[in-house]
Amino acid sequence: MTDTTKSTRQVNVTSKTSVSVLFAGDSGDGMQLTGTQFANTVATQGTELNTFPNFPSEIRAPAGTIAGVSGFQLQFSSKPVYTPGARFDVMVAMNSAALKANLKDLHRGGIIIAGTEGFDEKNLKLAGYPEGANPLEDGSLSNYILFPVPILQLTREALKESGLSSKEIDRCKNMFVLGLLYWLYTLPLEGTFETLRAKFQKNVHMAEANIRAVKAGYFFGDETELFANLGRFDIAPQKQHGTYRRVTGNEACAIALTAAAKKAGLKLFLGSYPITPATEILSTLAKKKKYGVKTYQAEDEIAGIVSSIGAAYGGALAATNTSGPGLALKTEALGLAVILELPLVVINVQRGGPSTGLPTKPEQSDLFMAMYGRHGEAPLPVIAASSPVDCFYCTYEAARIAVEHMTPVICLTDGYLALSSEPWKVESPDNLASITPRFHAPRQPEDPPFLPYKRDDRQVRAWAIPGTRGLEHRIGGLEKQNETGNVSHDPENHELMTQLRAQKINQIADTIPLQTIDNGPKKGDLLVLGWGSSYGAIKTAVEQAIEQGYSVAHAHLRYIHPFPKNLEEILGNYKKILIPELNNGQLIHIIRDTFLIAPEGFTKIQGVPFNEMEILIKITDIIKELQS
Amino acid sequence: MTDNTTIPVLPVLIAKDFASDQEPKWCPGCGDHAVLQQIKNVLPELGIAPENIVFVSGIGCSSRLPYYLATYGVHGIHGRALPMATGLKVSRPELSVWVGTGDGDALSIGGNHFIHTLRRNPDLNVVLFNNEIYGLTKGQYSPTSKIGLRTVTSPSGVIDQPFNTAALTLGSGGSFFARAFDRDGKFLRSILKRAALHKGTSLVEIYQNCPIFNGGAFEAFSSADNKANNTVYLEQSKPLIFARGKRGIWLDGFQPIVVDLDKEGISSSDLWIHDETDINKASILAHFADDHADSEESLPRPFGVFYAKERITYEDALTAQIADAQKNGIGTFEELLRGDQSYEIKKA
Ligand SMILES: Cc1ncc(C[n+]2csc(CCOP(=O)(O)OP(=O)(O)O)c2C)c(N)n1
Ligand code: SF4
Ligand SMILES: [Mg+2]
Repeated sequence: MTDTTKSTRQVNVTSKTSVSVLFAGDSGDGMQLTGTQFANTVATQGTELNTFPNFPSEIRAPAGTIAGVSGFQLQFSSKPVYTPGARFDVMVAMNSAALKANLKDLHRGGIIIAGTEGFDEKNLKLAGYPEGANPLEDGSLSNYILFPVPILQLTREALKESGLSSKEIDRCKNMFVLGLLYWLYTLPLEGTFETLRAKFQKNVHMAEANIRAVKAGYFFGDETELFANLGRFDIAPQKQHGTYRRVTGNEACAIALTAAAKKAGLKLFLGSYPITPATEILSTLAKKKKYGVKTYQAEDEIAGIVSSIGAAYGGALAATNTSGPGLALKTEALGLAVILELPLVVINVQRGGPSTGLPTKPEQSDLFMAMYGRHGEAPLPVIAASSPVDCFYCTYEAARIAVEHMTPVICLTDGYLALSSEPWKVESPDNLASITPRFHAPRQPEDPPFLPYKRDDRQVRAWAIPGTRGLEHRIGGLEKQNETGNVSHDPENHELMTQLRAQKINQIADTIPLQTIDNGPKKGDLLVLGWGSSYGAIKTAVEQAIEQGYSVAHAHLRYIHPFPKNLEEILGNYKKILIPELNNGQLIHIIRDTFLIAPEGFTKIQGVPFNEMEILIKITDIIKELQS
Repeated sequence: MTDNTTIPVLPVLIAKDFASDQEPKWCPGCGDHAVLQQIKNVLPELGIAPENIVFVSGIGCSSRLPYYLATYGVHGIHGRALPMATGLKVSRPELSVWVGTGDGDALSIGGNHFIHTLRRNPDLNVVLFNNEIYGLTKGQYSPTSKIGLRTVTSPSGVIDQPFNTAALTLGSGGSFFARAFDRDGKFLRSILKRAALHKGTSLVEIYQNCPIFNGGAFEAFSSADNKANNTVYLEQSKPLIFARGKRGIWLDGFQPIVVDLDKEGISSSDLWIHDETDINKASILAHFADDHADSEESLPRPFGVFYAKERITYEDALTAQIADAQKNGIGTFEELLRGDQSYEIKKA
C-alpha cells in the first residue's frame, strides 16, 4: 500500500491547535457524507472533535438556492472542544448559494475552497447575486484566502475511464473535496477507502471510482501550485489511548435507554411518533432488536406515551421520545403516569416553537412545559443534557430515577445536541450506575393484604406487575386512598396524596449528586449558570474570561427538578448570577422563584446556538459594570 | 421479573372468584351490571390464572369495569385504553389482555386509536359497551347516537350520522367483529368466550342499555315480539332465519332481501348461509344496521360473530423480527456500548 499521506513535494506543514471547517453545498452535493467521513477520519486520529450538520428544512428545496444549502461543520483540536466552533476557519463552498449563506460565519482571513462550476451564471442567479457579480472574480472576497478549484472538471478527468455514467461521475465530486481536505490537514486516506469498499461491496466499480476521486483530490493538493504559499496543517492528537466511538445526541439517547434496560434487567419498550428532531431515537432503537428492544411507532404521540405507560405497568423499562408539539400532546398522559406512579422516561428534543415554529432548529423553550405543563398538581423530575455524549449519561440517569423512584422523568435535549456528534470513550458496563427495580414479590393467600400504594422511606411504592401471584389489584387515574389504592374522593386524602407525590419527587434530591462548579473560583464576581446544550459555548467563553483574568465561574445544571441540594449555597457565593438561555427566559424564572434572588438573564431566540463570543462579551460587560 | 418457576395447580375457579371487593357503582338497571356478570362467568372457563389477566379501560361508566374484577386492572384516561392495552400486550405477550370501553371512549376521543389498533391486530379482547350516549358525563349524544336523538347537547335532535361500529371495524382491517346484547346473557357469554379464544383483536360491540340517559335505545330488539322480528342470530354455516323461523335472508347478488319462508316457496337451503370468514358477507351484514327495523321488509339487526379470521398478531410479528435479529445470539452489553464503528486510539 502506498503511503498516501506522504507528500511527493516539499510543502510546509504548520502545526495548529484547532480548526473549524464547514463543508457546504447544495443538498445534492453530498456534503453530509463528506463531513461525516472527514469527521470519522479526524476522530480515528485521536483528535478532539465536535460536529454539527445544518441541513435545509425542505426535503427537496430547489437546487442551487439558498434554501437548498446543506452544511456540515466540525471543529477538531489538540485541546478539548465543546462546540463545532462559533465561526469557521475553512469553508468549502460547492456553489454560490453555499458561499452566500455562510460567508458571515467565516473568520476574516479564513480559507475558502470554492467549486468554480457552482459559480456559473445560473448558480449565481439562483443564489441571488446581482447580474454580472461573481464573488470569485470581483474582489469582494479579498478579506479571505480564496482558492477557486474546478472540482467538477477535475473529478471528471480523474474518472473518465471509470466506466461510470457521467451522472455517477459527477456525484463523486464530494470525494475529490474530501481528498483535498485530507491533503490540507495531513490526514490518512486508508480508513476512507475501507469505508467506501464496505459501502459499495456489491459495486466494486463504484467503490474504486470513489477511491480514485479521493486520491485525485489529494494529489491535486500535492501537485497544484495553488496551495504552495498556504502549505499544509497538522493538528496533534489529544485523546488518551482507548476505544472510542463517535455519537450524536440522539444516538446517545437510544444507546442509553438500551443500556439502562440491560443494567436493570428489564425489557425496553419505546412508544413513539416521528417528529423532527427526535426521530432518530426511534429509528436507532428500531435497529436494536438484537438487544431485545421493542419499538412501537404509534398513530400519534398520545398513543406513543400511553402504550409506554401500558408497557411500564407490565414491568418494562418504558420510554417515549418527542419534540415540543408532541410533548404538548403527551401532557394528559403524563398526569396519568404521575398518579399511577409508574416509571417512564420521556425524552424531549426541543426545537423552536410555538407550534411548528422552527422545526429543524434548536431552542430551550420547553423547560416551562417540562416543569409545569400538566393539569393538576403533577410534579416530576426534569433533567437536561449538556452535550451529545452527555445525552447518554442524562438519559441513563433519567431511566435510573424513573425506575428507582417510580415516576415519569423528562429528559431535555435539543435539536443541536440531537444532531451534533463528538467522540465518546466507550463505557464499560461495570462503570454504569446500578439500576434496581423494586418488584413486589408474589403473595400467598395467608399473607397480609397487598397495599399497592404503600411507600418506603423515599415515598416510593413497589412495582407490582401482572403475572405476579396474589398481587391482583386495580389502579387508575382516579385519586386513590393512601396505601390501598382504592378509589377515594376523601378531601383530606387527596391533599395527603398530592403532598406525598410531591415529597417523593423532592426526596430525589437526596440521591442525586451535589452541584459542582465546572470551571472557575468557588467564590467570585460572577457565576454563569447554564443548562442544556449551551454548555459548550458557556464553557469556552468562561475559559477565555478566566484567561483574561476575570473572576468568573461556570456551573451547569443537569438536575432542574429537583435542584441539587447545595445549589442555593453555590448561588450565594457570587456577586452576580448570569443565566444564558436559548429562550425568552425560563430557567431564570425558576431560579428566581425558588431562591428569591435576582439573576441576570441573557437570552437568544434565533434558532441557533449561542456562540462563545456573545457570552464572553456579556461576561466582560457585567464584570466591568460590577467593578465600576 | 416475577417468580414464575413454581406454577401451582390451578384451583377450579368460579365466577364469584373473579369479583373484586369493590361494589359496582353503576345505576340500578344499567346494562353494565349484566355485562360484568357475563365476563365473570366466562373468565373461569378460560383456564387462565387471575394474575395473568389484565383489564384495561378508558373513562366512562363502562370504563369502571376493571375495578370490579379480581384480576389486574388499569383505569386509564379517556379514549386511550387501546394504546395502553397494546403497549402492555406487546411487552408482555403471555398475558390475557382485555379492554373495557364505551362508545364515546372508543369511537369519539379514541377513534384514531380504534382504527389503528384494529389494523395492527394485537391479541386483545375488546368489550365495547355501546349505549349510544355519554353516560358518565350525564347524557350528551355520542358518535353512535341515532339521528334525531334529543339530549342536553342536542336539544333539537342529533344531526350527525352515527358510526356503524361493525363497518368501521371491518373497514379498519379488524380480524373479529361480533355484536351482542346486554339482556341476552347466555348469548353474550358465548360471544365473549369466542372473542377470548380469537387470537387477534376481537371487537365485541354490546348494545348496552343506559336507563338513565338513553333508556329504550334498543327497545326494538328487546321485547319478545320485537326481538323475533327485528333480530337475526348468526350461526356459522347456518342460514339466516329469523322471526321465529318465518322469515329468512336471501342474497340477490350483493343485495340482502327479506323473504317469507311460508309464502314464497323458498327453502332454507336457498338462503344466505352464514360464513364468518367471508369479509364480503360480513360487510353486507354490517350494513343491515342502516335499516331502522320499521317495516316488514326491514332487515333485522344481526347478532353474533360477523367476521372472524385470524391473521398474525402485532406482537407475534414483532417477536418474530426480534427472534430473527437474535438468531446469531443476543447482543451483549459490551457490544451495545462499543457499537459497530468504534476505533482504537493507540498510546502515542
Ligand atoms: C380528556 C377528557 N375529555 C373529556 C372527559 C369527560 N368524559 C368522561 S367520560 C366521557 C364520555 C363517556 O362516554 P362513553 O365512552 O360512551 O362511556 P359511558 O359513560 O357511556 O359508558 C366524557 C366526555 C374526560 N374524562 N377526559
Ligand atoms: S348513567 Fe347510564 S351507563 Fe352510566 S351507570 Fe347509569 S345507567 Fe349505566
Ligand atoms: Mg356510552
